[in-house]
Amino acid sequence: MHIVVCIKQVPDSAQIRVHPVTNTIMRQGVPAIINPYDLFAIEAALALKDQLGGKVTVLTMGPPQAEAALKKALSYGCDDAVLVTDKLFAGSDTLATSYVLASAIRTLDQENPVDLVLTGKQTIDGDTAQVGPGIARRLKLELLTYVSRIVRVDPAARSIRVERRAEGGVQVLETRLPALITMLEGSNEIRFGSAPDLFRAARAQVRRWDRNAAGIEDITKVGLKGSPTIVSRVFVPSSRARKALQIGFDPANPEVATQALLDKLLAEFPKVKKELDNKRAAAGERHE
Amino acid sequence: MSEARTDKPIKKRKIKLNEELLAYKGVWVFIESERGHVHPVSWELMGQGRRLADQLEVELCGVVMGAPGPDLEAQCQAAFAYGAERCYRIASPVLAEYRNEPFTRALTDLVNAHKPEILLLGATTLGRDLAGSVATTLKTGLTADCTELAIDPEDRCLLSTRPTFGGSLLCTIVTLNYRPQMATVRHRVMPMPDPQPERTGLIVDFEAGLIETDIVTKVLEFIPDEQRDKPQLPYAEIIVAGGKGLGKAENFKHVWDLARVLGGEVGASRAAIHAGWISADRQVGQTGQTVRPVLYIAAGISGAIQHRVGMEGADCIIAINNDPGAPIFDFAHYAIVGDCKQVLPALGRTFAAYLAQQGR
Repeated sequence: MHIVVCIKQVPDSAQIRVHPVTNTIMRQGVPAIINPYDLFAIEAALALKDQLGGKVTVLTMGPPQAEAALKKALSYGCDDAVLVTDKLFAGSDTLATSYVLASAIRTLDQENPVDLVLTGKQTIDGDTAQVGPGIARRLKLELLTYVSRIVRVDPAARSIRVERRAEGGVQVLETRLPALITMLEGSNEIRFGSAPDLFRAARAQVRRWDRNAAGIEDITKVGLKGSPTIVSRVFVPSSRARKALQIGFDPANPEVATQALLDKLLAEFPKVKKELDNKRAAAGERHE
Repeated sequence: MSEARTDKPIKKRKIKLNEELLAYKGVWVFIESERGHVHPVSWELMGQGRRLADQLEVELCGVVMGAPGPDLEAQCQAAFAYGAERCYRIASPVLAEYRNEPFTRALTDLVNAHKPEILLLGATTLGRDLAGSVATTLKTGLTADCTELAIDPEDRCLLSTRPTFGGSLLCTIVTLNYRPQMATVRHRVMPMPDPQPERTGLIVDFEAGLIETDIVTKVLEFIPDEQRDKPQLPYAEIIVAGGKGLGKAENFKHVWDLARVLGGEVGASRAAIHAGWISADRQVGQTGQTVRPVLYIAAGISGAIQHRVGMEGADCIIAINNDPGAPIFDFAHYAIVGDCKQVLPALGRTFAAYLAQQGR
């Protein structure tokens, strides 16, 4: 089995702050991490390797410093790491990104045929969930999104069975390899890397591919030029026209404030009053 | 996305559609159904679609897909009631249950045949799976999880606004010289329009030529969720939500107590979930659930954009926070600066007293 895991290095969004005066993103000191959703894909790939043998290649597109994310992935036990990096890729949207990654996977497939591509259900910075389906369409792989469990893989029969989170239930799907799977959160827990893997990762060479090495055939399909969407404006949402009404709170007399709040609420929000009155009527009936 | 100073257009865009792209006309809404049941996000989108179509002075169309039968007919009629003038219907046994491949093929072929300028889908697991595949096949732009849709009066472009940078800012995205312009919107982000059952429209059947033996992926089984114990946040009328400002896990009990008094649901911010104070199915916000209650009480929640986009559809927001500079006070209706441990129990007593009064 040759499994390719696509990951992305993202800023730890829990730590991003917006500068209060200039309204710019303050990224200094924000740690870069592997997109947390991708960890479920890495673990699923390693579990399949434990079971069936083979090789796990981890792949990312990004700036040179994204190498750190790949080294981290190697330390978990992935065998090979490829960083696709080129100035031309800057500004790529999801369509252009899927073109670059699909080209790189095709190149990997020529080295060693790829049976399965795994990735997280989405990233925490873009939150689009579009790149996985995009790669699958471009490579004509069977697409299985929001997979909560890989039930079994039969390399001889070239078949795979999974459980997929759907609206209102779980679909059990069976399809053919090669396939692309996006993994749902909570489907497993990433392992601690073994000591040999940690040492190996520290010394390992991450392969760096530019557009030529990655097998990009058409450079008009990457970067800003290859992106149908552009960000035309970034902004902080406006405040309400009317500032929030401040209710003074005195801890010594807490119910003065809460009673004042309730009175305002009942007077100014008839829908809230109606909802509360319905609850009151329902409670009254229960007591009778 | 690049580093950008906010509140300023990043670049002047040049959109000059060629003749082929100018032929793309009309606003489409994909009507999502699973086993005959239409997902309500489809009708919320229909309400938005109506507004966009009116502004563009074009037709609003629904797209229904599924196994042949009376369900599809009923879905078309419902689409007319919610504002569509026309429905494209693709009926095939291959479409009985959702699978990526046949749905992608059918929708892609329909778009290529009838050329809409805008195509909207729900940001559900089905909608995102389908939208990503269709956009890549059509090689066009797609914007996920929009919180606002508008038309630029100058160039008739769709302006899709969504949270960015992990929900700390908003951005507006446009699709350049590609059509259709595609967007997904999450459930409960847009208001549900009132249906007008007397409205009618035109049903156009489309033959997608799907053959089961061409489709590799098979559905072996569908296991429905057990609904019993799941919190029903999206439809709750009263929600009391807690955040990191509560200080520690034990203090969440004040949130539960107030919710019990009010007969409401309990919600939480992403930070409270990450701290492990409460289960993830109660998260309100961009990566959690979107809610539209009559009353939302936010206790110890700072009000980051990723939270705000999940709850600003509430009619009335009460914010309680120790920090007078918390962003939540910028969009709450009532603000109490104070310690949640003191304010929540006092609110509980006040509401309990009101609810215990005899109705007049």
